[in-house]
Amino acid sequence: MLSWLQNQVVFSAVLSLVLIAGMMTCVAYCIYFERKISAWIQDRQGPNRVGFLGLFGNFHFWGLGQPIADGAKFFLKEDIIPARVDKPLFILAPAISMIVALIGFVVIPWGGSYMLGDTIMNVQVANPDVGLLYILGVGSMGVYGVVLGGWASNNKYSMYGAVRATAQMLSYEIPMGVAILVVVLASGQLRLEEIVLGQVGGNGLWNIVLHPVSFLILLITLFAETNRAPFDLAEAEQELVGGFHTEYSSMKFAMFFLGEYVHMITGSAFICVLFLGGWELSFFGIGPAFPGTGIEDVGLISVIIKIGVLAVKVAFFIFLFMLVRWTLPRFRFDQLMRLAWKGLIPVSLGILVLTVMGVYMGWQRSVLFNLGSEIAIVAATLGVVILANKPVTGRQDNMPVVTQPLGG
Amino acid sequence: MISDADIILIKEPKLSAADKLYLTQIAEGVKVTLNHLFFKPKVTVQYPEEKRKLRVDNYRGVHRLNRDPDDRVACVACFMCETACPAHCIHIVAAESPWEDREKYPQQFDIDELRCIYCGMCEEACPVDAIELTTEYDMVGQSRDEMIFDKEKLLNVYDQTKDIKPRKNPKISGYQGTGDREKYDQLRERLEKMIEEREPGESKSTGTEGNVQ
Ligand code: SF4
Ligand code: SF4
Repeated sequence: MLSWLQNQVVFSAVLSLVLIAGMMTCVAYCIYFERKISAWIQDRQGPNRVGFLGLFGNFHFWGLGQPIADGAKFFLKEDIIPARVDKPLFILAPAISMIVALIGFVVIPWGGSYMLGDTIMNVQVANPDVGLLYILGVGSMGVYGVVLGGWASNNKYSMYGAVRATAQMLSYEIPMGVAILVVVLASGQLRLEEIVLGQVGGNGLWNIVLHPVSFLILLITLFAETNRAPFDLAEAEQELVGGFHTEYSSMKFAMFFLGEYVHMITGSAFICVLFLGGWELSFFGIGPAFPGTGIEDVGLISVIIKIGVLAVKVAFFIFLFMLVRWTLPRFRFDQLMRLAWKGLIPVSLGILVLTVMGVYMGWQRSVLFNLGSEIAIVAATLGVVILANKPVTGRQDNMPVVTQPLGG
Repeated sequence: MISDADIILIKEPKLSAADKLYLTQIAEGVKVTLNHLFFKPKVTVQYPEEKRKLRVDNYRGVHRLNRDPDDRVACVACFMCETACPAHCIHIVAAESPWEDREKYPQQFDIDELRCIYCGMCEEACPVDAIELTTEYDMVGQSRDEMIFDKEKLLNVYDQTKDIKPRKNPKISGYQGTGDREKYDQLRERLEKMIEEREPGESKSTGTEGNVQ
């Protein structure tokens, strides 16, 4: 009956269609929840008026119809292309932003394997050998849309935004790459599915237990990669009007917006796969795998449980993204650069060196060694910070007291 | 001139080593936002269903034209309000009054509510307290024309708001033969006594001086 589905190519095609549809819905509701959460944090109510065409009288479903209304509004708005923009690039930029964000999630292993009839399918659109490199490459392509948009807009604010985005990406790619390299070295795998399998209960611990600092670094760089606060210098509405999207309106603006949220989802899924055991639920790999989430479980129900587990983990990270956005003020540009070059890069390189040593000695799965090296790194960082005795804010700590009489 | 003594040097607060890593401060901030997210009461008011209590009773909102105790329009078309209005948004057409007790009455009385600055000068100017500002602020219209309130509408506003905000001096416009005659005479007496008691010079003071005060 479902034999036409038993081909991995067909299965992947169907899966990707389902994923795109699901992803777009998720993004729409992410925006809704972002508005809700920001409202709650500011002691407001958030969108709560748009129900479903008033079909249910005065009950508005807490404004759950809002994303649909927002989408319709974006489509119906006037799409302005300013006179002196570089038209082809101006149109291309939001598309690139969006497409690049969307193709990232093809390598995410959503739910292990699925026994369909007598064939085993990967619940993953593609499982290339270089899955991890692919997602890194695609992820950093995201800035391409931003830069093109800023450049093509022929507007100095957009240009500033684009330049900032470029510098930021260049700086944050490095610690991100190194933090990922630590996982790659420790697990000896570039396939994301295999990295998950390595963390399944019984097989090994979740990587976050072994490499908490790398996890933290990856999380921080992910904020920067997705252009989210406190790293949203490319938009910075207080300084740059809207940054790279100043000149964009209507659906083109929406595409930048959607791209950012898709990027967030993909990034969160990625970090879950790398550090939190992906679809697996065994509580840091300490306990046995939760029933239905083991490697050998390939039934439909287990696939659904696995997807659900990953979805919950992703949702947690998205919540974290939002919480941080409404908590932290934006970095100043020099602070941003200092954090990357003087903070994250040395720390991640230090961890990399220790991990390489561990792999050479065959200790890559040893909790003692890994945790020991992480603690050593943190201690070293703290030591340097204390010794340097300089404020990280970069302000002058020891400004000379003014002795000259002022005025006169 | 700024002297040295006036200069206050503020030192940046010292950060501990943990603070310099930002992480403790981020945790502190997240604690605050989480607290607001889950535990703090919401301060917004669900507007059309729920209205906020006005902080003052003399809030200056949409106008109304009062009715006298005989349910006629209290205005005597003296044009005081139109003259006083700084926004020139009152337009009155006077006509001979059909009633015995007064000479004129407004045949037409329009206020452009969009042009009005809600200063309340009209209310101050009116000698018979016929025009008053109410505490209503949520009036809507789909065109500018709709927001020009005519006599009927203004009287209507009175009918709707008289229970919330009774007319300030309801009896003073009880003209001879109508309303509360007794009270009217008392008021009249009081007024006359007040005028008598005044110093002679003061009564001659011009209107401008009065306004400046
Ligand atoms: S409130 Fe002021 S502006 Fe409005 S009608 Fe009265 S006098 Fe004119
Ligand atoms: S001041 Fe009073 S009585 Fe005179 S025209 Fe205006 S509303 Fe009528």
